[in-house]
Amino acid sequence: MIGLEIHCQLTKLESKLFCTCKANYREFEPNTNICPVCMGMPGTLPRLNKKAVEKATMIAMALNCKTPHNLGFFRKNYFYPDLPKSFQITQLNLYGPTSIGEQGKVSVEGKDIRIRRIQIEEDPGRLIYEGSSEKTAITLVDYNRAGTPLVEIVTEPDFDNPRQVRIFLNVLSDLLENLGVSDPTLEGAMRADANVSIEGGNRVEVKNIGSFHDLEKAIHFELTRQTSLKERGIEISQETRHWDDKRKITISSRSKEEDQDYRYILEGDIPWVIMDEKSLNAWKKNMPESISSKKERYVAKYGIPGQVADVLSTDKYYSDLFEQAHDDSNAKEIANIITTDLMGLVDTREKREQSKLLPKHLSDLVSMINTGKITKSSAKGALQEIVRTGKSVSDIVSSTGLSKISDEGELGKIIDEIILQESTAVEQAKQNSQTINYLVGKVMQKTKGKADPSITLNLFKKKIGI
Amino acid sequence: MNLGISAIEYIHGIKNGTITAEEFVAKTIEHIKKVEPKLHAFLSLNDNAIQDARNIDKKIKSGQKIGALYGMPVSIKDNICIKGGKTTCASKMLENYTAPYTATVVSKLQEQDATIIGKTNLDEFAMGVATEFSAFGPSKNPWNTDYVPGGSSGGSAVSVAGLESILSLGSDTGGSVRNPASFCSIVGLKPTYGLVSRYGLVSYANSIEQIGPMGRRVEDVALLLNCIAGKDIHDPTTIDNKNQDYLSGIDAGISGKKIGIIKEMSSGAGLDKTVESVFRNSVSSFEKLGAKIDEVSLDMVEYTVATYYVLTTAEAGSNLSRYDNLRYGYDLDAEGYEYKSYISKARRNFGPEVTRRMILGGFVPSAGFAGRYLLKALKVKSKLKKQIQEAFSKFDYIISPTVPVLPFKFGEKIDDPLAMYLADINTVTANLTGIPAISIPYEIRNGLPVGIQIHANSLQEKSLLQAAYALQSTTKLPEVPL
Repeated sequence: MIGLEIHCQLTKLESKLFCTCKANYREFEPNTNICPVCMGMPGTLPRLNKKAVEKATMIAMALNCKTPHNLGFFRKNYFYPDLPKSFQITQLNLYGPTSIGEQGKVSVEGKDIRIRRIQIEEDPGRLIYEGSSEKTAITLVDYNRAGTPLVEIVTEPDFDNPRQVRIFLNVLSDLLENLGVSDPTLEGAMRADANVSIEGGNRVEVKNIGSFHDLEKAIHFELTRQTSLKERGIEISQETRHWDDKRKITISSRSKEEDQDYRYILEGDIPWVIMDEKSLNAWKKNMPESISSKKERYVAKYGIPGQVADVLSTDKYYSDLFEQAHDDSNAKEIANIITTDLMGLVDTREKREQSKLLPKHLSDLVSMINTGKITKSSAKGALQEIVRTGKSVSDIVSSTGLSKISDEGELGKIIDEIILQESTAVEQAKQNSQTINYLVGKVMQKTKGKADPSITLNLFKKKIGI
Repeated sequence: MNLGISAIEYIHGIKNGTITAEEFVAKTIEHIKKVEPKLHAFLSLNDNAIQDARNIDKKIKSGQKIGALYGMPVSIKDNICIKGGKTTCASKMLENYTAPYTATVVSKLQEQDATIIGKTNLDEFAMGVATEFSAFGPSKNPWNTDYVPGGSSGGSAVSVAGLESILSLGSDTGGSVRNPASFCSIVGLKPTYGLVSRYGLVSYANSIEQIGPMGRRVEDVALLLNCIAGKDIHDPTTIDNKNQDYLSGIDAGISGKKIGIIKEMSSGAGLDKTVESVFRNSVSSFEKLGAKIDEVSLDMVEYTVATYYVLTTAEAGSNLSRYDNLRYGYDLDAEGYEYKSYISKARRNFGPEVTRRMILGGFVPSAGFAGRYLLKALKVKSKLKKQIQEAFSKFDYIISPTVPVLPFKFGEKIDDPLAMYLADINTVTANLTGIPAISIPYEIRNGLPVGIQIHANSLQEKSLLQAAYALQSTTKLPEVPL
């Protein structure tokens, strides 16, 4: 059995959870995105970021969770150098349901993964080691991250295998991005710990896993380790193990983290938040359309094929582009351009950030194709140029001579040359008219895709007499 | 120049030109220098106080809009932050700590043209009833310097009683404003929880404590409350009081009002006979003022001291855990600590009472014990709240002696924490239930002050101050023997 604890930063928020420092701490020099409140200076008090409650509620709703009537916060007391107050403000259901969500579920390939609880909490600062954490001579602390808003999502132990875990995390990551609450591609924005156990054994918590890819490996390793212990009749003890990134194994952490007592107490400095129907309804109304609803709409309304609709709807970047570029007449073509020609050009975070492409470029491109001004294959070349420079479609077409060649005289000359060069192919085409496509391809090659394919075909047929 | 005038008399003096802020502040500092070796009310003084007062005089002369305090000296308990100045909490841990921001209450006083005269002594992190737990030595009771001034806002009370300041701000977690007010024969108010911003008050038990005004006269305390009360964006637990004026109509009287004597606080074995006799006199005074007196029983009071110490130590354990000798109070050399010795060294800058409460605070909310201690205490708290609400359905005010014992001598209770904690029995109820309570000096018996406590329902400060003012009008107190 496998369960997950996922920490997700609400990176789309403007400010930290309890003060006005920036939630986007990544752009700052160490220890410059801080104030007396997030540094826990004596006498300071937390001011709850209302937007964080709104965004976290949206996550809870999207994961089909129940939301509480009264939202409460607790202090988790422990000592660590990255924790300025020596306690973390978090949530739990100590006196009934008071955390932002509980009892949800997500369907992964037909299997329901139950969500036990979702809680809002503050991220601690960051420790920076010289080399590995065990062997470091110096540890530095950067508090820029301290107090940034997180949600922790705790699942029930419903996963059967590491593959399900991976698919679930992809679904979750797409969902969070679609909600506009987080950018899961940012380093450290989404982190997960796993609880792994096998029949007849104790639960083992695996921490310190750097990526989802490693998470899958860590779970796999842990299942194998536990199974082998069981086969040899050795007891599987309840413990916390750390993932060793270099050796790709889990190691027992000798610290007694599993015995730690957090002495939870209510955070009296944050009054109970009443989650009234009016706000809940307003937030629900403001929620972006879900991925599955988008997909259904793309298929039903525009006749976009299921697979294309799938790619389009799960990636917020693509679906946002699509939504802004399309109208009823060109939806299918826009969807095609995005999922075929554009995809390779903007498949990483860096490429997307550098891309100069605007939705209008896509609709202009499709109308150029539809009105016969350029060919589909020229459009691909134009797209590259657009992503790089952001120039308008008409500028690119006129300056680079991408406009379609449909002049019969001009095409005739090229065809004559090809007939001379490819005499064998011409003979074959006369026998079997299917193979004429090879010759048309040669013309396209020669014109760098600018030749109008249907005029070329007809002209060719006429010239060789089939 | 009489330094013993009330805040209201001071304002009259300024308005009709008989005194200036600068003169008054200069005189006050001269007096402070004279009596401090004996009283030790202050941990630090504002070096710019005279300059500050001079600037306010200039404002007054030039006819600019002037704040309600006209440059009068106000002292601040040293667990309330003022930017750029030391805020020590009377602890070795914060001996060299400089606050990077100003508490809301202090900003408000500065806006009202107070002259901040200095920071006053307290029991370390406001834990104690005698200032004996200050890491920098105790304050002395101006009525008899062999006796404790009460605590934890002992320095504030001494500064006001000893004419070193007209007004002061203390903080009250279980009686820390009212207890020293009673022991030093001044007025001290613990406002409704949330009426005054705690932003900048170093937390001890944050769910029940409040900053409270202290002065020699009830009307002075009302004036100071006017300046500090109300909603603050930096403290989400604050309440909007709609700018209520606590001073106007303070002489309305209490004829026809119903007063309940809290049985569990006003009789029994723990109550000193002298205190009981003074309290009886005050009851007759209330009757003469036209109030209707009856007795009210709050049987939960018996459990309040235990409840108070469970809740406050749990919160203190959390609030003070940041003082780990790593971020604050560090005495590291360049080599640092050997890691394993860190924990034992971490808290050694705390004094004995803070250490005791930190240890308790680690225990009462811990797994396996929280149910027996913390959760039980929370139950008592909610039952007590219910009883208080029932009492206020029958009475306008409920009263008791502020402290069940007379001021005691230094060293008398310091080694007996239980006896010391029992001195809180009459004051902790207001904190546990959030209601306001005030201590009014009523008599000096055999040279030692005795104060009377009045409680009102939540946010009924205006009515509470009217009752206190009425009782004050029946008293005749001697001058402090400085």
